[in-house]
Amino acid sequence: MNRGSCLKYALFAAAFLSLAPVQPVRAAQGGEKDVTINVYNWGEYIANGTDGSLDINEEFTRRTGIRVNYTTFDSNESLYSKLVGGGADYDVIIPSDYMVSRLMAENMLAELDFSNIPNYRYIDENFRNADYDPENRYSVPYTWGVVGLFYNTDYIEEEITSWSSLWDDRYAGKILMFDNPRDSFAIAQLLLGQSLNTTEESDWLEAAALLKQQKPLVQAYVMDRIFDKMESEEAWIAPYYSGDAAILVDNSDNIRFVVPEEGTNYFVDAMCIPITSGHKAEAEAYINFLCDPEIAGANMDYVGYSTPETAAKAYMDPEIVESPVHYPDGETLSRTQVFVNLPQDTSKLIDRLWAEAKMGGPGESIVLVAIILGFLAVYIAILIYKRRKRRRELA
Amino acid sequence: MKKAGGRIYTFLIFLFLYAPILVLIVFSFNDTETGSRAVWGGFSLRWYRKLFEDRLILEALRNTLLIAVAAAVVSTALGTVAAIGINGMKRLPRRIMMNITNFPMVNPEIVTGVSLMLLFVSAVRLFGGRSLGMGSLMAAHITFCLPYVILSVLPKLRQMDPNLYEAAQDLGCPPVKAFFKVVLPEIMPGVVTGMIMAFTLSIDDFVISYFTSGTTQTLPIYIYSMTRKRISPEINALSTVLFAAVMALLIIVNVRSLKDRGGQTEKEV
Repeated sequence: MNRGSCLKYALFAAAFLSLAPVQPVRAAQGGEKDVTINVYNWGEYIANGTDGSLDINEEFTRRTGIRVNYTTFDSNESLYSKLVGGGADYDVIIPSDYMVSRLMAENMLAELDFSNIPNYRYIDENFRNADYDPENRYSVPYTWGVVGLFYNTDYIEEEITSWSSLWDDRYAGKILMFDNPRDSFAIAQLLLGQSLNTTEESDWLEAAALLKQQKPLVQAYVMDRIFDKMESEEAWIAPYYSGDAAILVDNSDNIRFVVPEEGTNYFVDAMCIPITSGHKAEAEAYINFLCDPEIAGANMDYVGYSTPETAAKAYMDPEIVESPVHYPDGETLSRTQVFVNLPQDTSKLIDRLWAEAKMGGPGESIVLVAIILGFLAVYIAILIYKRRKRRRELA
Repeated sequence: MKKAGGRIYTFLIFLFLYAPILVLIVFSFNDTETGSRAVWGGFSLRWYRKLFEDRLILEALRNTLLIAVAAAVVSTALGTVAAIGINGMKRLPRRIMMNITNFPMVNPEIVTGVSLMLLFVSAVRLFGGRSLGMGSLMAAHITFCLPYVILSVLPKLRQMDPNLYEAAQDLGCPPVKAFFKVVLPEIMPGVVTGMIMAFTLSIDDFVISYFTSGTTQTLPIYIYSMTRKRISPEINALSTVLFAAVMALLIIVNVRSLKDRGGQTEKEV
């Protein structure tokens, strides 16, 4: 009995000791300002001190005394629903381009005070005043990247130059596609030569038809599972973001990354402050800190996405800086388009078309009604049967 | 022949149950730069080292454990008291109460999550708070664990001889003492089951936590947010550690109860 409880206590002690690394941070925070800012960023999107990288948040607290409560999200849409649902009060958020313009349109972002963000001067000229924030009043770019094609040269011998390879019969069953409407439609739209931000219904219908045509060839609609599927050679060709190329290209000789000749989507994730923030000055200090070239360099080395600051490249791994995967040349970039927010009608249309394309056709509401009626009939039959049985037993 | 068939069947069932965990554990020792979950690159402890350096994961783990322990303890206390109350009711009110307590269990989690979020948000606005967080998470977890505790305690109360409690009082035991000395030991197995259930339900809840967490992050939410890049094998390492800890606890508890039983029979002899 005693030995048992001793062991139990030992286990508990071990559990607490393993949590110990959390504690010193808390203890060291007693700086002059007792403020905590809430930061909401993409998952796995900041250097966090593992593998010898710099712990960005800890470094910020050490320098300024401002604590950081750092949490993460998986998609722009879940960030949006969290902001709209209320109950969460964030000071710094990092949405992508089109979500920045949507939040701007809905008056959910605070105008930044650039005198508190002197490091903004390091942001390269071509990343300022982007389409999603034309006057550059609400956002500061954090990272950027392009969408391209990954393919396995062991199985695909020709040189891939076009998105149309995703429609190639020879690779049927070995093709992966994005599991989100905007990125998938963009590929079809590029092939059709449309603008990625068109509001013409006929354009979207045309793109949807193309996606439906592709559906039988697609092995799966996935996001992060592309890494496993490509590495295990379960799939041969897949579109994904250039920032994650490091995971695939740098470690396997037979996987190549290419930006097709039709051009591509170029995306920016940008730092913003929600209008509800109670610590705007501290939030601006955080944004300023992330723009410090030395910090940005250390951060991007870990994250793998591209930095909008030329000055930061001096602090980065030269192999990454010179790689055309991470920093495509100007000619490639001139063929790119950025997403902006679409009007609500168009968004709804896309959602509907996407569901149809992925399911391989419009959902038949009659089938659903038939299924429900079927269940109901079975249920009623059982009820009647039971009642009769009981009556017979009583009789 | 029949026996062999049964054995094979049992083996298949266990294989089905444990193969995923086994794969998870094996890949927590995988030595690849990229954190592959498909290609084996040799044995290493790198993900374990990385796990214990990763402040974000550890903080999420700490939040999760804290909430689970609090939710288990509070919901067990509340649920046991509620079960005793329900057990003492007349037939009709008891049936009504049972239906009310069962309702949250059949309710889809997402409905519970959204409705709790709406409630908490309006409460926060009313009392001038800034944000949901630890407090609302705990309240939510206690809420959805309660019915399970009640359900596991009630049958034990039904089994108990109601005269026991009265007998204790007849012999001069004050009510509170009679509860702790007589009723509680009788229903203890149900209470423990309820607590364990509450603890596990709380640890792996995602949907309700997602809506009520505000700016606090629990482990399931953190893991889910990794899905744009890739779920790091640190999570495999963490799951392995948790699995080992639970396994060790179970073994200790079982060995202990075996020993206790052994002691008792010796005494009886």
